[in-house]
Amino acid sequence: MTNALSSYKQTLSRFQSLIALVVLCIILSILSDKFFTADNGLNVLRQIAVNICIATGMTLVVLTSGIDLSVGSVLALCGAVAAGLLKNGIEIPAGNLFIGFTVLGAALGGIILGSLLGWFNGFAITKFKVPPFVATLAMLTIARGFTMLYTKGHPISNLGESFAVIGTGWWLGIPVPVYIATAVVLLAVFVTQKTKMGRYIYAIGGNEQAAKLSGINIKKVKIKVYAMAGALAALGGIIVTSRLDSAQPNAGISYELDAIAAVVIGGTSLSGGRGSVWGTVMGAIIIGVLNNGLVLLNVSPFWQQVVKGSVILLAVIIDKAGENKE
Amino acid sequence: MLIAQNISKRFGGVVALNNVNLELHPGKVNALIGENGAGKSTLMKIFSGVHTQYEGEISFKGKPVKFKSTKEAEDAGIAIIHQELNLVPHLSIAENIFLGRELTNGIGMVKDREMNEKTEQLLARLNLSINPNTKIAELKVGQQQLVEIAKALYTNAEVIIMDEPTSAISDKEVDNLYSIIAQLKSEGKTIVYISHKLKELFTIADRFIVLRDGSTVDSGDMSDVAQDELIHKMTGRKLSIERRDAAINTAVELLSVKNICLKHPLFKSKNILHHISFQLFQGEILGVYGLMGAGRTELMECIFGLHPQNSSGEIVVNGVVQKIKSPSDAIASGIALVPEDRKLHGLILAHSIKSNISITILKKLEKWGLFLNAAEEKALSDDYIKQLSIKTSSNKNLAKNLSGGNQQKIVLAKWLATHPKILLLDEPTRGIDINAKAEIYKLIKQLAGEGMGIIMVSSELPEILAVSDRILVLADGELSATIPISEATETTILKHAIQKN
Repeated sequence: MTNALSSYKQTLSRFQSLIALVVLCIILSILSDKFFTADNGLNVLRQIAVNICIATGMTLVVLTSGIDLSVGSVLALCGAVAAGLLKNGIEIPAGNLFIGFTVLGAALGGIILGSLLGWFNGFAITKFKVPPFVATLAMLTIARGFTMLYTKGHPISNLGESFAVIGTGWWLGIPVPVYIATAVVLLAVFVTQKTKMGRYIYAIGGNEQAAKLSGINIKKVKIKVYAMAGALAALGGIIVTSRLDSAQPNAGISYELDAIAAVVIGGTSLSGGRGSVWGTVMGAIIIGVLNNGLVLLNVSPFWQQVVKGSVILLAVIIDKAGENKE
Repeated sequence: MLIAQNISKRFGGVVALNNVNLELHPGKVNALIGENGAGKSTLMKIFSGVHTQYEGEISFKGKPVKFKSTKEAEDAGIAIIHQELNLVPHLSIAENIFLGRELTNGIGMVKDREMNEKTEQLLARLNLSINPNTKIAELKVGQQQLVEIAKALYTNAEVIIMDEPTSAISDKEVDNLYSIIAQLKSEGKTIVYISHKLKELFTIADRFIVLRDGSTVDSGDMSDVAQDELIHKMTGRKLSIERRDAAINTAVELLSVKNICLKHPLFKSKNILHHISFQLFQGEILGVYGLMGAGRTELMECIFGLHPQNSSGEIVVNGVVQKIKSPSDAIASGIALVPEDRKLHGLILAHSIKSNISITILKKLEKWGLFLNAAEEKALSDDYIKQLSIKTSSNKNLAKNLSGGNQQKIVLAKWLATHPKILLLDEPTRGIDINAKAEIYKLIKQLAGEGMGIIMVSSELPEILAVSDRILVLADGELSATIPISEATETTILKHAIQKN
């Protein structure tokens, strides 16, 4: 009897965020007849695709008990560089050389840059023992500075129709960014749940000392995780840039906060070792639905912020309450 | 003094305490005895206000009480000194003693001088002459423990609960602790003394209370009971450690350690280990004994590649010189280390038994170098759960929900899974019950019988004598003696261990 009850409770806490989402959707459907429509659903999914990419990377970092504050700036820099590569290519005056980029090449260039920036974060954190908060805070500023330098403070626009497909295209009635985000999530779920790398990530967050003594190369795993977070932020940057048909020098400001919010609402512990990518997806959808619903209900944007903040707080309080009962 | 009636406590579906009845006698040392998982800690956490949800009644000094917090219990006069001490390392002794009850003047400023004076008086009562401004981090474990006792004295505690107080301190510090307990007793304090070391209890305790599987089995005067009887009450059966006929094959040298030195991480001119050399043969159990600070753990850590920067010397495994710079190098050479502190270094407590066991061999569990073979992993963990008789309903249970003995078996399992040739065990039975100890001794002997070379560090002489084939004694970072088991006695070992001081 007690066993059945406790396993029922466990299941309940596992689907906590899903239940919250369903309740939220029911309430919004009652309050607004525009909410529960296919168009609006796809609209929400398209809007949150970027946050899902970033938040998935953030989840990996947080699971190792780290944090990555630089994702917003990395998004901007990589989006701008991808746009720059596509539009202007690389000119090397010395050799009188010009390298042009296809859409795929430019996007790949942006993603490689993102993973290098992430790698640098991981390097500073593992080699010089800089706390992740500080290392990535520094990167937040550095990458933003480089974005300004690279763009000279002006947007890079008119990137062509084939590039626009990434952010604005549709296929089989579903927006392209939704496919990208889904692929990212599926891959990350596979990595975290089914691979050695995933186990190492959880182990490091669960008990770094024990993981080290078990023969795990902590530094290598951490560097990889930050590189992945950087690459996913860059991917987000490419979607944003494509969607706007323009790389904005101030793109992605405070995106790290939305990503962290999704991770936290999804039940991943900021102290590491506990949580999941699915949770984060739920968290990102809850934030997206909430934003969307409040807009549909004509709630002032100022109040929207208050509501969003309160939801984050509430999510963690509920999560902690469940934890303490154990 | 304190009477508990029908105390029951559950954690989820697990019954930790089932109708416990007991009475603490005032001004006596009441020993609480039981295997790990018997419910001792849970019971003490109820008495000291840590666990607030339970069934049953407690009366203290004739009045029914139900503590809602540790503060309430302290105010009532019950203090607990946890096995893992509860001090803030970067604060001073005085700041720790007055933590949460700082003396302040009218405008809220702390009165440092007065607190320091009071601390000095408290420490003097405990024969400890240390500046109250000394940081906790600079104290030895034994001294830190005295600070905890000082804290209890300051709150005028009438009942002082000590959970495994001698598990981390040296023999000299144990003697000092005993004299302090005697003094507290003469002041009329009631002591609850939790320990696995029965020998200790016969020295220090007046009364015993035996817990088994969450219930009180018996209680009475220590003078009326013999050691074997107590063991019988705890386990329901008698225990004997049998010596085995060693199957050492001196023709096969598994490990040869030459000139291991370890520099102090902060003071480079100081050495923690000085030129240690020894050999380990196939099928041999090599006991390593030394007092606190002799360098036992550090020696194991050097062999396991945990001090790549500060250590020097040569490690030869199976006749081949190995450069061991990290645990993964050590594992690759066939070495495994079961660390001293299983919670801090051995396990990921919040993760399942299964993922704790498989963590060392995930590479081998990979299919096509891509993903983990879940079925194989499950089979592996179930296999070890059965083989080491780990008490659990499923491999999915979290490591933190198991008792100390079962946790230690998980750590052993994760290392046996790597099929090591050389197994380093650092205090393998620390803080675990007699039953589990016996099982671990049996396992160690069985593994040696199969040809594994085993180095066992222990601070318990009976354990060293019962299990080892040969004994290394460390004193002050030096190898002071190598004693074959046939010539070893407690006295000879101790003589070499305290040689210098």
